[in-house]
Amino acid sequence: MTATVPPESRMANDIAANLRHLPGEQAAEAIAGHIGRFWDPRMRNRLYVFVDAGADGLDPLVVAAVKLLR
Amino acid sequence: MTLLKEPDFGTPERPGPATVSVEVDGLPVTVPEGTSVMRAAAQAGVDIPKLCATDSLEPFGSCRLCVVEIDGRRGTPASCTTPCADGMKVSTQTPKVEKLRQGVMELYISDHPLDCLTCPANGDCELQDMAGVVGLRQVRYGYEGENHLDAEKDTSNPYFDFDPSKCIACSRCVRACGEVQGTFALTIEGRGFDSKVSAGAGETFMDSECVSCGACVQACPTSTLQEKSVVELGMPTRSVVTTCAYCGVGCSFKAELRGDELVRMVPYKDGGANEGHSCVKGRFAFGYATHPDRVLKPMVRDTITDPWREVEWDEAIGTVARRMRAIQDRHGSSAIGAITSSRCTNEEVYVVQKMVRAAFGNNNVDTCARVCHSPTGYGLKQTFGESAGTQDFRSVAEADVIMVIGANPTDGHPVFASRMKRRLREGAKLIVVDPRRIDLVRSPHIEAQHHLQLRPSTNVAVVNAMAHVVVTEGLVDRSFVDQRCEGFDEWAEFIARPENSPEVAESITGVPAEELRAAARLYAEAPNGAIYYGLGVTEHSQGSTMVMGMANLAMACGNIGRDGVGVNPLRGQNNVQGSCDMGSFPHELPGYRHVSDDAVRTVFENLWGGTLLAEPGLRIPNMFDAAIDGTFRGLFVHGEDIAQSDPNLKHVTAALEAMELVVVQDLFLNETAKFAHVFLPGASFLEKDGTFTNAERRINRVRAVMKPKTGKHEWQIVSEIATAMGYPMSYDHPSRIMDEIASVTPTFTGVSFEVLDKLGSVQWPCNESAPEGTPIMHVDEFVRGKGKFVVTAFVPTNERSTRRFPLVLTTGRILSQYNVGAQTRRTGNVAWHPEDILELHPHDAEVRGITDGDLVTLASRVGQTTLRAEISDRMPTGVVYTTFHHPVTGANVVTTENSDWATNCPEYKVTAVQVGLARPLQQADAEPTSDDLVTVVD
Repeated sequence: MTATVPPESRMANDIAANLRHLPGEQAAEAIAGHIGRFWDPRMRNRLYVFVDAGADGLDPLVVAAVKLLR
Repeated sequence: MTLLKEPDFGTPERPGPATVSVEVDGLPVTVPEGTSVMRAAAQAGVDIPKLCATDSLEPFGSCRLCVVEIDGRRGTPASCTTPCADGMKVSTQTPKVEKLRQGVMELYISDHPLDCLTCPANGDCELQDMAGVVGLRQVRYGYEGENHLDAEKDTSNPYFDFDPSKCIACSRCVRACGEVQGTFALTIEGRGFDSKVSAGAGETFMDSECVSCGACVQACPTSTLQEKSVVELGMPTRSVVTTCAYCGVGCSFKAELRGDELVRMVPYKDGGANEGHSCVKGRFAFGYATHPDRVLKPMVRDTITDPWREVEWDEAIGTVARRMRAIQDRHGSSAIGAITSSRCTNEEVYVVQKMVRAAFGNNNVDTCARVCHSPTGYGLKQTFGESAGTQDFRSVAEADVIMVIGANPTDGHPVFASRMKRRLREGAKLIVVDPRRIDLVRSPHIEAQHHLQLRPSTNVAVVNAMAHVVVTEGLVDRSFVDQRCEGFDEWAEFIARPENSPEVAESITGVPAEELRAAARLYAEAPNGAIYYGLGVTEHSQGSTMVMGMANLAMACGNIGRDGVGVNPLRGQNNVQGSCDMGSFPHELPGYRHVSDDAVRTVFENLWGGTLLAEPGLRIPNMFDAAIDGTFRGLFVHGEDIAQSDPNLKHVTAALEAMELVVVQDLFLNETAKFAHVFLPGASFLEKDGTFTNAERRINRVRAVMKPKTGKHEWQIVSEIATAMGYPMSYDHPSRIMDEIASVTPTFTGVSFEVLDKLGSVQWPCNESAPEGTPIMHVDEFVRGKGKFVVTAFVPTNERSTRRFPLVLTTGRILSQYNVGAQTRRTGNVAWHPEDILELHPHDAEVRGITDGDLVTLASRVGQTTLRAEISDRMPTGVVYTTFHHPVTGANVVTTENSDWATNCPEYKVTAVQVGLARPLQQADAEPTSDDLVTVVD
């Protein structure tokens, strides 16, 4: 199979799916907090690059979280 | 050291506050009420002759050798079945009882082969001992009468023989099989003179229900049940007490040797985890340690297609250091890392993570616990404040309702399962939550009140539905919640929503709503409700959520902080708990403290020197992704076979092939070694000196039974690699490593080899507040202060059944094999499980034209393998099951990249598959269509 999306996209979407129940901005904050606490910097960078490239298929909550992370 | 003989008090202890005082042969002794005369005598220092009694079994009173006289009582009662009464005066040596005992022994010996000098048990035979004790001088009946001396020997079991000619029909083996092991495979067949021990109805031991735990062999007072190794090698002459290196139960054993040759492993009665019991793996399957497949010399090669070249240690260590540093020079310091092993000692794991952090200069260290219990660490830390189970194993004896979720203790953790089964036989109720009908659901004298046979991947929906019942039916322990917890109101509002009701959950889980409600009520209303769980919880996309869901349920019902309750992970490997404790995770230093914590880093920087990174490193799946991405080039794999055990093997092997340097340290050239450039031979547990920490946080000593066959300890090798990389690291003894661990880890400050040798074992936290350890956690308050309720919304997995892959595969273990089988496949255990089998429901088999024993293909969207089918209604329709013990099967060829959202623990338990009769692979089968592609990763 050919890579079409980085694995970080799938992982970030999974995190968002499990934290989206949090109210308001708390969800994005929690996603950002989780990624900041558990992800190696290069993984975060790959996610940032993917967001900059259009974030195709990425949960909007992840995009919001990336803004907070940056 | 000599052979260690533990005292046998004849009957079990009867702990209790009330006592009685008696006199035995004029010696006063005070014992707990209910104690037998035999035990009281033993405590007074008087050994009463016995054959059918032993203190691991309830008294039976059949051999009549232990008869005594008691003032004021008629006759000669058996001391084993007679409880002490206050003021009782017992005489154990009177002419009357001596004559009776001699008569009894005469009868026994008249039907026993007189081959003591050539008998394997010579010197370790209670019948022989008792003949001497009672002063047997003649057998008036002669030896010519009817006897059992020609009874046929059963040698079918790979590890022990059954010689009925030596049997005295004391029933110790039968009782051990029932009372200690809980299998009830053995019985006394026939009556009177025809009475004989039988494994099932006319079956051999091998064909019977016997699970080869060794309890019967242990209990046998003669050579009737005898280890083949003793027959072959002779009676051992010295013992070393150490810890088993198989599952997370962490059984203590006496390794019994003759000279330097290991003859047998005998379960140690003083072992805190096992208290004298064992399973087929720990008791018998140690032959791998001396298997000819072991590699004992270091080897190197330039590329993975070159042949291996044996080298001396200096060259191997120098090669690792030079090539690792060269990668860092070209690709940056974070381009290398290591994986620690949950099979290695705490001391070995600690030095590997120290090498990564201090010598490699990054946090790219992870442990094989990533792929099993990392969600436990995350979930219990979030809710309770500590990444560990709450109880000791003994606690299960106080449980009134036991809920087993996603675990198969009789196969995966058999010695703990025996404890659990004992409690269930005493009347505790059982709830099993599992897609597969595991043995516990219905076995001799045990039947689960509820088997919630849920669809794989729906654990969270089940636990939420149970919590919904607790909240909406007023079953919450308000006093506990109000005093001990926080976040309850928000969680209760969530959990009470209709979407979490059993009626809605039924459509998701397949479990009838009324069954869910009844199970929830049973657990909530029990005086003590205990949860035990395994990888069927953690190895899911919501593994961490489920751990928190169970913690929520336990807190809501007040089932935390005392005996008989708790949330208890059954850890897979011997040192999963310890490898996590030791700072193996890329985001945590030893003691589960985050690398971003400046104060914690400072502690380690002051001790180790240099500056530690505050950013987390790569987890195992991330290492593979980064390797394919080109940013991760060098990996030290310590005692783990990632090319067999990790999911989506095509992806794993692509990552390994992409690396410039793979270093494997292991006993054998495993599957991962095929991709290695340096192979460092490891030491077996029999050669190690250190500690393991089991699933109940018990730190046990591992003592070297023999010197390392490779010439070096593993902690030495790691230290020498670090030193060769320019970071001097040396220890003169593993106890110094533990001293260092204790100096920087608050939960270990009271731990040392000296303390462990004195106390036997301790359960952490062990520090000033708890100098002898902590069997039960969160007693007065949670480690984090208040227990935290966490909202656990159910999120379906991305892995869906499709038209092309309509079945769901889930994986597990079998009793006789262990993990990837590297050890057990090199033992007699292959007699029980020579290959991995695919279990599938008769309906699923019929529609595919599959019959029992057919070779079938098992295909998912990432790979395909072939294995043999077994038709079984253990699984519901639509679900198939296999194990992953054999590399030839490669079950992980089909498992996918899906993982737990919080920890990246792989979702081994849910893979959409198709099964068909094996035939040449058709192109159309190999190419998935778009509806099969949930996420494309490679």
